[in-house]
Parts: sequence; C-alpha cells; structure tokens
Amino acid sequence: MIKVHLWSGLRRLAGGAESVTVQAATVGQMFDAMIAAHPGLEPFIKAGVSVVIDGEVTAGGRNLAVKPENEIYLIQRVKGG
Amino acid sequence: MCRELSLDPLAVRLKNAAKEGTKSSYGPTYNRIGLVETLEATMAHPNLSAPLGPNQGRGVAAGFWFNHGGETSVSLQIGEDGTVGVSVGTPDIGGSRASIALMVAETLGIEYEAVRVNVVETGSLGVNEPTHGSRATFASGKAAVEAAESAIKQMCARAAAEWGIDPEAVEWVDGSARPAGENAGKFPPLTIGEIGAKMGGTGGPISGHHESVPGGVGASFGVHVVDVEVDPETGKSTVLRYLVVQDAGRAIHPAYVEGQYQGGAAQGIGWALNEEYVYGADGRLQNPMFLDYRIPVASDLPMIDTVIVEVPNPGHPYGVRGVGETGIAPPLAAVANAVAAASGARLRSLPLSPPKVLAAIKANK
Repeated sequence: MIKVHLWSGLRRLAGGAESVTVQAATVGQMFDAMIAAHPGLEPFIKAGVSVVIDGEVTAGGRNLAVKPENEIYLIQRVKGG
Repeated sequence: MCRELSLDPLAVRLKNAAKEGTKSSYGPTYNRIGLVETLEATMAHPNLSAPLGPNQGRGVAAGFWFNHGGETSVSLQIGEDGTVGVSVGTPDIGGSRASIALMVAETLGIEYEAVRVNVVETGSLGVNEPTHGSRATFASGKAAVEAAESAIKQMCARAAAEWGIDPEAVEWVDGSARPAGENAGKFPPLTIGEIGAKMGGTGGPISGHHESVPGGVGASFGVHVVDVEVDPETGKSTVLRYLVVQDAGRAIHPAYVEGQYQGGAAQGIGWALNEEYVYGADGRLQNPMFLDYRIPVASDLPMIDTVIVEVPNPGHPYGVRGVGETGIAPPLAAVANAVAAASGARLRSLPLSPPKVLAAIKANK
C-alpha cells in the first residue's frame, strides 16, 4: 500500500482527507485507485496534477514506479508563477 | 510575538529555520536549501545596526518560492566559425539569455562572446512552457547544458574519426578535443573552430538538442529588512533603507540576479504602501492610469541593498535556483512590520496608504 498526501483543493474531493492509501505500483495505478475510491478526483487528475515523490516533482507519467517507502504528494496545478 | 516577548525576530527565524529534511509549507520534504545561510548573512549586514530616529522603525520578513521545471526544449548549433547559436523558448524577462550563454560557454570551454542565445517560437523549436515559475534560467539553462554536452560528444567523435582512434579516447578540454591520455596517441588539439570549419566534410552539421521536463528544482529563500519613517501628521511612509538577502543557488550573472532582487523589493514596496484600485460610488475605477495608480518610481526609493547568498542547488549542473519570484514574497510583511514599529499602527490590510496609517495612529492615541 502507498500513502498519497493530498494538497490544496484536492482534499475536499476526498471527503476532507489529508491523505489516501491505495494499492499501486505505478503512478497510473495510483491514479486509477484514487479515482475508484474518490470519483470526484477524476476531472482534476485528468486535467493534470503534479506528483511529488521524495521531494522531486516528477515528469515520468503513468509508468513511473511508486513504492510504500516513498513520500508522495499530489498537488493540484495552479496557473501563474 | 517577537515584539511582545522582546526577542530578535531574525534570531527566532534562525532557531526555527527550515533546512534540508524539513517538511515544506506545501508538503514535500526540502532537499538542500539555504535559509540558515541567508539569515546568518542578514544578521551580519551593517543595515541591522544602523541607528533609527524618531518615527522610524525596522521590519523584517522571510519568504520563499520554489522554481518550476516545465516542458522545455533547447537547440544548439555549432557554427563554421566556432561560434555557437542557442535557441530557447523562454522569453527573456530578467537576463536569462545572458545567463544561459554563460553556462553554455562554460560547458564548451569557449568565450562568452562566442555564444548567442535567441528566443524562438514553438514552430522553430518544440513545445516550451513560457517564462513563469522562476524557471527560465533553471530549466532552459539546464537543457542548454545538456544540448552542449550532446554537441561536445559529436565533436569528440569527429576528432576521433580524423585521428583514427576510438571516440571514447577523446576528451573535451578548454574548447577543444584532445586525446585522453598517453595511450590515446599524440595529436594536436582540434578547437571548436577547426571542427566547425570542416564539419561539412566530416559528417555534416553539428548541433545539440535537448527536450525534457527538468527535475531537480530548488527553493530559494529570501530575507528582507526595511527601515521606514512614518510622518505622524500625514501617515505617509518613506522607505529609508531596504536590504534583500537571498539564496540564488549559484548566481550565474550576479548583476541580473541583483536586478531581480531589487525589482521584487520595489514592486513589493508598491504593493505594501500604495497600489490599490479606488472605486467611486458609481462603481467606476477612479485611478485607471499610472498617474493615479501609484507605483514607486526611483525618486520614491532608496538604493535597494542586496546580498547574494550561494548555496548551490544539487539538482542543477551549475547550482541554479530560480530567483525571479522569491523577492516579491517578503516585502509586504517586512514593510508592515516596519510601519508598525515606527508608528504603532498595526494594520491588517494592504496597502498601508497614508489615510489608513493616519487613521490608525489617531485611533491609538
């Protein structure tokens, strides 16, 4: 299981939870499991969210591996600087 | 809190400063950051010991901004005369072309004057996010270094072919290809100009291209210290001294970095003291032009003193942290703290315009 921390406006879409725990080995599986558990997240995840793994904003897409020991944050994209 | 407890606000910040391994305010854990070094440099600055007169006060504030990676494409071409053209997609709004040219020149081991950086459009280069998120020097610079490394590999291969040795046995030193050690053979170095002049007959044009979403972003922290004098008769605040201390990672072009610091401070002073929309009873904007919409000009400001702290970002080949936006974070709080120290008027909304400050002073009496 991996723990995904939610940031900014994403928490309200997961019942106010600060984090969700899902079974996933890749970012793509993580997204799918999160959407299955909290369908309200779908439009925002599909619109693009930043995945921060161990402090690094990733660009690896759905195939990027995630592990239980990773610190994972999902940050909603915002416009501007 | 510091005022009530008679504590030094910088010492309190230093004691509680975020550092590598600290959770950031936006969640993830910081890698190497330079807040501690920035606070220490601030505390050592002479502005902190400048005497304050009647109706004068000092305010400090610290802030940060990270920088964005973003979709980035860079092309680099070796000219027949050994000069180098670099095409980037991030418009230059703060000196990024000069900084990128310096990084490319350093990577290739050639003079800065031999590198020309142009900003081109997507159709000429590839997809780029624009200049935002303090990313231009970081992201386009990192991609330009990668493109230069690619060109170096090709130039070493051309030299290896001419000498009849393995490309792995060639190294790039000070703008030229050289045999890497005694076993590679004895050949005179081939400069970038010599390789460029012959490239039409040795395999064709040499260029480097790199596209990526660069990782390794680095947060930049800044500390601002401002002294103001508040006129108790009018509520007008005059900035007497202003100090910006900020971690640039490594300042590739220090004068442009300083300009970014000063620009952030000047704009922040405007936000703090003057800038606001004034609407009439009919709902119309009463100050739609810069004649009435008050932004600070040179005569409103002292020299903005700067200190560039350099704690290299390990995620960039030259240690760059984006510096463009950090400078706008601390001024509002720093100026508000200074006005409160000078006048006793602790306002909770901006701008700290003379009518509001004067009203607060009178309310305190």
